[in-house]
Formats: sequence, structure tokens, C-alpha cells
Amino acid sequence: MTAEVQVVDGPEVTSRLDNWAGARATSGAGLRGTRPGARRLLRDRSMTFLIVASVVLTLVPVIWILAQILMKGGSAMSWTFLTHSTPFSMMKQGGGFLNGLIGTAIMVVLASVVSIPLGILGAVYVVEYGKGNWLAKLIRFFSDVMTGVPSIFVGVFVYTALVVKFKYGAIMGAASLALIMMPIIVRSSEEMLKLVPSELKDASHALGAAKWQTITKVVLPSAAPGLTTGAMLAVARAAGETAPLIMTALGSLQLVTKLAGSPISSLTLLILNGAGQAFEAAQARAWAGALELLVIVLVFTVLARVFASRSRLTR
Amino acid sequence: MNNDLVAGEAPVFTAKDLSVYYGSNLALKGVDLEIRPRRITAIIGPSGCGKSTLIRCFNRMNELIPGARVSGEVLYHGENIYGAGVDPVVVRRHIGMVFQRPNPFPKSVYDNVAFGAKINGYKGDMDELVERSLRRAALWDEVKAKLKKSALDLSGGQQQRLCIARAIAVEPDVILMDEPASALDPIATARIEDLMQELKKDYSIVIVTHNMQQAARVSDETAFLYTEVDETTAARWGILVEFGQTGEIFTKPRDKRTEDYVSGRFG
Repeated sequence: MTAEVQVVDGPEVTSRLDNWAGARATSGAGLRGTRPGARRLLRDRSMTFLIVASVVLTLVPVIWILAQILMKGGSAMSWTFLTHSTPFSMMKQGGGFLNGLIGTAIMVVLASVVSIPLGILGAVYVVEYGKGNWLAKLIRFFSDVMTGVPSIFVGVFVYTALVVKFKYGAIMGAASLALIMMPIIVRSSEEMLKLVPSELKDASHALGAAKWQTITKVVLPSAAPGLTTGAMLAVARAAGETAPLIMTALGSLQLVTKLAGSPISSLTLLILNGAGQAFEAAQARAWAGALELLVIVLVFTVLARVFASRSRLTR
Repeated sequence: MNNDLVAGEAPVFTAKDLSVYYGSNLALKGVDLEIRPRRITAIIGPSGCGKSTLIRCFNRMNELIPGARVSGEVLYHGENIYGAGVDPVVVRRHIGMVFQRPNPFPKSVYDNVAFGAKINGYKGDMDELVERSLRRAALWDEVKAKLKKSALDLSGGQQQRLCIARAIAVEPDVILMDEPASALDPIATARIEDLMQELKKDYSIVIVTHNMQQAARVSDETAFLYTEVDETTAARWGILVEFGQTGEIFTKPRDKRTEDYVSGRFG
């Protein structure tokens, strides 16, 4: 390579400017002559600008949404809203989404009770027992497929499989939420269990622990913070689901605590309902409901972060 | 092979024609070896000669590696631990193991030591057992004030002694040590070596090391393993070249390969 070699970039970029190795090889000029050319500086600056601009662009909608919910929801939020159910007349002022909050709580708790243990056990099988056998591959494959399935399909499935026989109700809604949570928990738990060092398992086995003892006494406790993180994120996801609940919980303006046989509401269903109304009072309630849901989801997401940061495995 | 050894003492372990395969690859071929009670037996040899594979045969840890297979016999006080109906979990309750890197559980110091006893259904005084085990591992004075603290906050050398205490707490009669000091600084290493001298009064110790000086310092008997290579297939496996009293192995080895290795000509 000589000092006269032209680089494809452009005629003004002589090798003296752009290729100090070549320059050094011919003249022994060392680091002199290595200052970037004007065009390279310009390109550097414009790329930096583009990157910063795209960051700002992605942040704009997030901040906009948050600001909208905070302003409109905040002005409609009140103690009455949190402690009262939806009035039967949509035009009526006041009232709140207590029925939705209770409904969401019931369904998310039911769904969690089923999906969190099952999901974690599934992940334990995949990581500790399956080790790449066909069943483990199948579980992983279907978990991947299920996380990608539009949630309305889950609602339709539960509707045709269960609701037509057993009527709308909290358990039906919970079933659909559990189906949505399960694959998320399997995949996140799998990643966490994989992080448990094999040295720890070896140590446990060498002390005469059977496999199930190693799993219950060493693997699961070591992965616990991570497993909790995955579960929290799944809970947050379930609390925010609307589509599957339309077909399974149906929604109700009354405060329902029955687990089966009667339609039940959720925060998301009430937001959907209120936002679709022409009456300002209903729209205001929907905004307040959105704020309430946002806070709930945020709490679970923050909890997930806190547990993740406690993990000894991922520090 | 080991005719220099004191006669009349029944061996703890007798390996007979012991071979290990990983999948279809032979890793260790035809080892015959006797481990005597209350002595330190060192297994030395260059990297990849199957030292760890051999020591992991004594408590059936190789079975945790998918595809690993063992042929031949390992007699533990006369009973073949690879015999039909022998549960590897029961075998491991009699034979403690300490690993290359300190691997305490992410639990408190106390819970680490109590772990083995708890899963084995120990009925006695747990506090007493924990203290006794930590004293035996020469760690008690350093940790008695922080038994409830996380074991991960200890130094590397302390963690390794904690792992020894944890192994002792199960009250085994053999302790296998797979390069126990290779991740430690010289001071921590010296403490572990002193500890081994203490422990051999009550336990039989087998130690893998690729530090020849360490083997010479601490062990009573030494097994030298070496890699054999099949020239046509380039397959390699470990064999036991020589086994005898440590002094003999280091001063007047019978085999040329042993002599070359202990005199530092290779490895």
C-alpha cells in the first residue's frame, strides 16, 4: 500500500488522511497526518444526530401516552372512583371501576395460581430433565408459538372450548389469562434456570442430594429472584389483556365476586366500554381507569426489576 | 505395582480395570489402583490425561455428564459401587467432594454447612454439627460471628474451606478433592494444605492436582496418569503409568514417562 493509493470513498480521502497504517508503512510518519477529513467528521456528526433523533422519536409516543393518561386520568381520578362501581347509566357522573378492579384481581390471581407453578415446573422439566429431548423441544416450540399467538385467538379458543358449556365467568377469563401467561413464564423461567451454575448442582449431588432435592433446595432457591421477575412480568401482561376477556369474562357493570356462572368485569373491559361511549362522564371514567391500570402494571414491572436486581446469578 | 505399601491395611477404594467412556470416546483406560485409609493420595499428570475423570469415578459423579459410561469395578470397602442395585445418591453420602472452584451455595454460611446433614435427615444437634465441621475445616474463628451472612461474601480461600466443612458435615470417610487450590492464592493454598494434613488423621483423601510440588508436599502416595495417543485415529485417552509412595515416584520413578514428567521435561 502506498501513499498515493486512492480509497473508494472519494478522491479527497487520500490514504494520508484515512489510512495511517499505509502512511506509516511508506514514510514512517507515525501518527501525524491521521486527523480525520472534513467529510468524515461531517459523516460522524450526522450519524450521531440520526441516532439521537431516533431515540427522541421513539420516546415521543411513550411520553405522549403517559402525559395524556396522567392529565386526563388524573383529573378524573378520585377516591369515589376507586371505591365505587360503574353506574348503570353511562351519562351519570361519578361512580368508578371498583367492579373492574375486583374482576381483574380475581382473574389475575386465579390465572397466576395455575400458570406460575405450572410454567415454572415446565421450565424445570425443560432445563433439568428434558435436556434437548423431543418433549422438551416440543414444550419450547409451543411456548414460542403461544407467545406469538394474538390474544383474541386465546379468547376464541376458551369460548368454544369452555364458555359455550359453562357460561361466562371469572374462571373462564382466568383460563384465557393463564394460557397467555404460561408461555411467558416457561420461557423466562427457562432462561433463569439455565443461569444456575452447574458447579452448584455438582456440589449438591456430591453431598448426597437426590435430583429432586437438588432442584428444590439449590436450583429453585438460587433462581428464585429471576423466576419472580418472570412471573411479575407475566402478571403485568395479564392485567393489561382485553381481547381474550371479551369472549370469556364478557364484562359487567355490577360488582361480581362469583367465580363462575356470571359475567364479570375487568379494568380493561371497562376502559374499552367507557371509551366507546359518547358521554363525557363515561370517557372520563375510562381515562381514570387507564391511569389505575397503568399504575398497577407499573408496580408489577418495578417489582420485577427489584427482584431481578436482587438475583445473585445475574448481578 | 504398589508393593512398597504397608501391608495389612484394607484399602478404601480398589479400582479394577476401570475405564471411562464419554459417548464412544475412551477417556480413561484400564486403571488399577488402591486407595489406602487415612492417607493422602495424589493424582498427577498433564492436562487432559483423565485425572478429574478418575477422581469422579470414586463417587459416581461422572454419571451426571450425559453420555458418560464406566466399565470395570470400583470397590469401596470391598463393595462395588457400580454394582447392580447400588444407588449413586447413597454412594455420594459416604464420599465427600471438593471442587476446583469454590462453589458455596448462595445461602448463609450456616445453611451451607448444614445442607448435607439436612437432606440426609440428620437428627442430632445441628448447631453443634455446624460448629464442629467449621472447626475441623479451620474456619470457625473467622466465620463464627457471621454464620447468618451469605457465604458468597467470604474470600475465595474461606469459601473453599467452607466447601470442605460442608463436605465434612456429612461425616464421610473419604474426601475427594479435585484441584482444590488451583483457584486460590499461595497463602490460601498453604492453609488448605495444612488442613489436609489435619484431616488425614480421620479421613482418606484423594487429591487431583497438576501442581507437582503440591503433590510432593502433601501426599503420601501418588498416581501418575499420562495420555496415550492412537497414531492412526488421533484418539487419546488416559492411562495410569505408575502408582506408589510419593517419595519413590519423585525420586526414583520406575517409568521413563514418570521421570520425564516429575523432572519437568514436559507438562
